Amino acid sequence: MIKLEAIYVLMGLLTGGIAVVNARDASNPRRWRNTLFWGVYALLFFAGSYLSDLVNGMLVLVMVGTAAAGLGQGTRETTSAADRLASALRHRNRLFIPVLVVPFATFAGSVLLKDLTIGGVPLVDPKQVTQIALGIGTVLGLLTGMALLRPPVSAPIVEARRLMDSVGWAAVLPQSLAALGAVFATAGVGKVVSTLATTYLPLGSPVAAVVAYAVGMALFTMIMGNAFAAFPVMTAGIGLPLVVQQYGGDVVIVTAIGMLSGFCGTLMTPMAANFNIVPAALLELTDRYGVIRAQVPTALMLLAVNIVLMSIFAFR
Amino acid sequence: MLPLIGILIVIVGFALRLNALLVVTLAGVATGLASGQSLPDVVAAFGKAFVDSRYIAIVWLALPVIGLAERSGLKERSREVISRIQAATAGRVLLVYLALRQITAALGLVSLGGHAQMVRPLVAPMAEGAAENTHGDLPDTTRERIKAMAAGVDNVGMFFGEDVFVAIGSILLIRGFLEQNGIIVEPLQLARWAIPTALAAFALHGARLWLFDRQIARQVAAEATQATEHTP
Repeated sequence: MIKLEAIYVLMGLLTGGIAVVNARDASNPRRWRNTLFWGVYALLFFAGSYLSDLVNGMLVLVMVGTAAAGLGQGTRETTSAADRLASALRHRNRLFIPVLVVPFATFAGSVLLKDLTIGGVPLVDPKQVTQIALGIGTVLGLLTGMALLRPPVSAPIVEARRLMDSVGWAAVLPQSLAALGAVFATAGVGKVVSTLATTYLPLGSPVAAVVAYAVGMALFTMIMGNAFAAFPVMTAGIGLPLVVQQYGGDVVIVTAIGMLSGFCGTLMTPMAANFNIVPAALLELTDRYGVIRAQVPTALMLLAVNIVLMSIFAFR
Repeated sequence: MLPLIGILIVIVGFALRLNALLVVTLAGVATGLASGQSLPDVVAAFGKAFVDSRYIAIVWLALPVIGLAERSGLKERSREVISRIQAATAGRVLLVYLALRQITAALGLVSLGGHAQMVRPLVAPMAEGAAENTHGDLPDTTRERIKAMAAGVDNVGMFFGEDVFVAIGSILLIRGFLEQNGIIVEPLQLARWAIPTALAAFALHGARLWLFDRQIARQVAAEATQATEHTP
């Protein structure tokens, strides 16, 4: 059975390879820091499942310390603008194929692999089909690219290093935030927030309760970075006892639109790093909050729409 | 109240634009300590949660393919292709992607998009290329703005598309939560009530994209006058 662990070996090879390319690149003045950062990350992929939690935690702290000291970036160009233009003319639309193989193979894999069994044993761990399909999709995309474009053998890892170093430590931010969410949950942050909300918010009318619930979902999602973490807390605190039970709101409409109000919060917070901070790094924006800025007007308007929708339809 | 110290650290840290990775780690350690855990326990809990969520990072496996295609001229080709479509503008390219992203997500095909898989290699260069065809070389602020909008389109399309699909995580979470509270609801009912917001999201974000081309034109013109004023 193919498990997530197999994909983690691929991740270990990728991040380990990035560490090696950095170690050999004298054009990066901080190359040893980059080597340490990506090297430790590789270790967490290869051995994270076998090391003790404390050792893993200390390895994460080493990465955080290195990132805080500051990572660098190599300046060596792999191909010149003229090379790329000539290559674009030569390969034409073939260039799109390897890139498109990734999402389509991921989709096909997540559908086909789900029910595939060999001798009664599922080929792929059924709980992790999508992630495993993504891993397999990227390998297929890479093989297609190597066959069609025939670059030097070292090109994929050298190019991955270029992209990964432009993202930098933001690449591991989503994982740290997931860890922070877990710490918040055990420390009971949710309970404190919902007590505060029900104590201090004006909740004297159905509409006020709807506004408190929807805005509360958006705000608490912004704090947690994740609507899924905010939903149980705010719904147990305001949504169910007040909007539904006290004022007689329709439970389906209230919870469905409540969740979508949380999504409006996701669009406005750096805590949702994989949606907002990572793409800013990946697209090499100078403003780390550029993506959030582009999303805030839509998020606020949609939050207002959700409040109106809930107020009108939940109490019919 | 003490557990809220982590939230305070996060808000102050992000507002001051300190290293976010450091801020998040400090917030985690402070929250754990404030709730009475020992330092080794907090570090261990943080390490465990970090390792357990390694699956989030799998998307980075797409980087070798994308880097390879970029090295061979993918962005240049994207611009060339888009320049042959006369009607293409940055706003319209993004509007088409918004529609595609939202419809495919509503059908459960969330994996067909993504910032690493689609936006960086294809959508952003095409939107930039389309704007270049209309306005010539673009000022950096405009380039930034187009790329940021491209990333936002992927998010808006996915968030407000996927919730219309019955088997998505958020619908299942709502159903499970209500079940624990003794209320049984059908996923289909929940998905149906995601449709009004989905339509509003398309209308509102679509309208912003519709106006985006004019915004670009203004920005380019403003930059051009500034440039001539500075020339002696």
